[in-house]
Amino acid sequence: MFKGYKDLPEVPMTWDTTFVNITGSWRTVKPVLDPEKCTKCYICWKFCPEVAIIIDEELKEVPKIDYDHCKGCAICANECPKKAIEMVVESMEE
Amino acid sequence: MVKSVITGNYASSYGAKLARAQVIAAYPITPQTSVVEKIAEFVAEGTMDTQYIKVESEHSAMAACITASQTGARTFTATSAHGLTLMHEMLIWASGARTPVVMTNINRAMAPPWSVWADHLDSVAQRDTGWIQYYCESNQEVLDTIITAYKVSESREIMLPSMLTLDAFYLSHTYETVDIPDQDKVDKFLPPFDPLYKFDVEDPHLFGSLSFPHQFYMEWRYQIALSMERARDKILEIDKEFESMFGRSHGGLLDLYRCDGAEVVLIAAGTMASTIREVVDQLRDEGEKVGLARLRVFRPFPAKEIRELAEKIDVLGVLDRSYSFGYGGAFFAEIGGALYNHPDKPVLKNYVVGIGGRDVTPNTVRGIFENALSLQDRGLDKEIEWIELKEGGE
Amino acid sequence: MAKLTIPREEYMFPGHMGCLGCGGVLAMRYVLKALGKRTIVSVPACCWAIMSGIFPNSCLSVPMVNTAFETTGASVSGIRAALDALGIKDVNVLGWAGDGGTLDIGIQALSGAVERGHDIIYVCYDNEAYMNTGIQRSSGTPEGAWTTTTPVGKTKAWKKGPKKNMVEIMVAHKIPYTATAAISYPEDLIKKVTKAKNIYGPKYIHIFSPCPTGWRMPPGKSVEIARLAVQTCAFPLYEIENGVYNITKKPKKKPLKDYLQMQGRFRHLPEEEIQKMQKDVDREWEILLKKEEFTKSL
Repeated sequence: MFKGYKDLPEVPMTWDTTFVNITGSWRTVKPVLDPEKCTKCYICWKFCPEVAIIIDEELKEVPKIDYDHCKGCAICANECPKKAIEMVVESMEE
Repeated sequence: MVKSVITGNYASSYGAKLARAQVIAAYPITPQTSVVEKIAEFVAEGTMDTQYIKVESEHSAMAACITASQTGARTFTATSAHGLTLMHEMLIWASGARTPVVMTNINRAMAPPWSVWADHLDSVAQRDTGWIQYYCESNQEVLDTIITAYKVSESREIMLPSMLTLDAFYLSHTYETVDIPDQDKVDKFLPPFDPLYKFDVEDPHLFGSLSFPHQFYMEWRYQIALSMERARDKILEIDKEFESMFGRSHGGLLDLYRCDGAEVVLIAAGTMASTIREVVDQLRDEGEKVGLARLRVFRPFPAKEIRELAEKIDVLGVLDRSYSFGYGGAFFAEIGGALYNHPDKPVLKNYVVGIGGRDVTPNTVRGIFENALSLQDRGLDKEIEWIELKEGGE
Repeated sequence: MAKLTIPREEYMFPGHMGCLGCGGVLAMRYVLKALGKRTIVSVPACCWAIMSGIFPNSCLSVPMVNTAFETTGASVSGIRAALDALGIKDVNVLGWAGDGGTLDIGIQALSGAVERGHDIIYVCYDNEAYMNTGIQRSSGTPEGAWTTTTPVGKTKAWKKGPKKNMVEIMVAHKIPYTATAAISYPEDLIKKVTKAKNIYGPKYIHIFSPCPTGWRMPPGKSVEIARLAVQTCAFPLYEIENGVYNITKKPKKKPLKDYLQMQGRFRHLPEEEIQKMQKDVDREWEILLKKEEFTKSL
């Protein structure tokens, strides 16, 4: 973005959002949602600290997990009332 | 324009009022109290439109000024000695955040033991904080400098905070005649604060952030260094502008008095400069070729002006009203540093005076001049000398 | 067909550097859902100062400012004063500090700010230690906890003395609204923040924010532990509005042991210590119930 003191804005401040950080690389386990078990209560969305669970506008579909950013903390799996989310160990290739 | 007889502190209050400071966060400390009391009076009477935060410490005062400035308001505060040193962390923050806060500091001695009298250590010890520093000699200068300081600090090519200092009691509580300029004239000279970046809910940023070593902490610091360099010319430019509008100038960075043809010059800051002027006149009448160079701006350091002066004289006596233990007076050290690589160097001596408010009388100054004059023939006797020190003992 | 129990709009972006399961992140996510986009957040040195904004990126869509550690109270005072001076209305000024920056080094500036009556919301997200610097004890660390500066060792050197009660200190300042909240009850949290938003003056909200890293527990249990803290009455949820206490969650009280044994930081505690802690929790809960009864009767 900036190269040096000649183009750097003089007040230290931010210019972009953290969305560019692919924190999904932090994972060792990943949540996998079973759409059969999901009742679309969206509790997983409610409790995700990464804002990595995406819900649709109409609230008609099962939530989607943003694997670019999910860190695999497992709160969603822990909180899901139907145990519809399973934490699966990710292989090195994934 | 109203001619009034007011104290240095009140000159500060009027300065802040005329500059239309929008947020003032201050904490009382002797001998600054009348600055903020006067401002509280202005606010209570409805003659000053400012948000006056009666903070619970000086550290909080500077913290509040910084965020107020980042929100887009013109800010002011005043303090002294222990208040200034308590703010030290936040002084560095203010310059790092590029907030053009303007502050009056009453130069007062540091404890222990307690002393409320004039001493420069408090502000001299802040020379590394990235603040522009002015040392005032008169109440008129205090009022005028607040106004010009805002214009310098707030200009886009500077964006650094300024402090102006005045000696405890000798100036803060001494009544002098001061021309208080008209508000509309000041408004014409000093437009509203218009920062490039400020908090905006429509355009959110994080002010601050974390910077790794490879990017860009060093560059931000370099930008501050460049800004300070630009401040030299900016201060002179704004001084000239002020002079053309209000008919007054306070001497730029180094205020020279009768230095033309002088062989021996004393450098000093603050009220003792007034005393030195008197003695220069007396000695000149006696045929001695002497002069005064008043150090008006300490940061940015007027190296160019010092070198130009040094070329023309034989002896330069540097008066410090503070001392850096294990070294010498700060002004002496920096002037020496500025002259090191310069081919034409005068004899350079440090006179440590007035510590803890000890009076620098015309006799004191005369004694210093006599010593300095004697160095012309015999060379330097002692590099650093404490003046009128009570020895006692055997 | 489900309906969302909390506002949908997000003011936080993914990609921040928060630890897995960070309670402090959830706290901010919920508070901003209640306050909305016209909010300026002042953040001192703490976890939130680091994980939210490594140059050149920020994780929030509201203006934020990093400040020195002890200055949150003073910083929000300055922001509000400047907004007033500039005639800018309808902007929430949010001070956001950890337990260290609120109960210890930040207490002076907070006390000053609320005593002066500025229109601000101050949130303490309490993870019960100096987590950003590596889990050192603060006055918010509960009795019995392991931290790096109260490492149990062979001399029972766990944290001694009760957790400093900042809520009561704020109540003593007679501010219009004080509340506790927890990330496990986002609806309750959002309701309280919304209430605070619509009151003029200083408001203080103390949010229980588990730190799986510092508390030595699996990150997936972060919300569960915050629920247990409330259900065991270790961290009661209540609010005080103009001196009147109102407990917003009256649980069927679970034994404190259920809460303690899920966390590695309490694993060393001998049985008699746990019993003492249970007694303390019981007593404090009784006092709180009586306070509610008494202040409501006035």
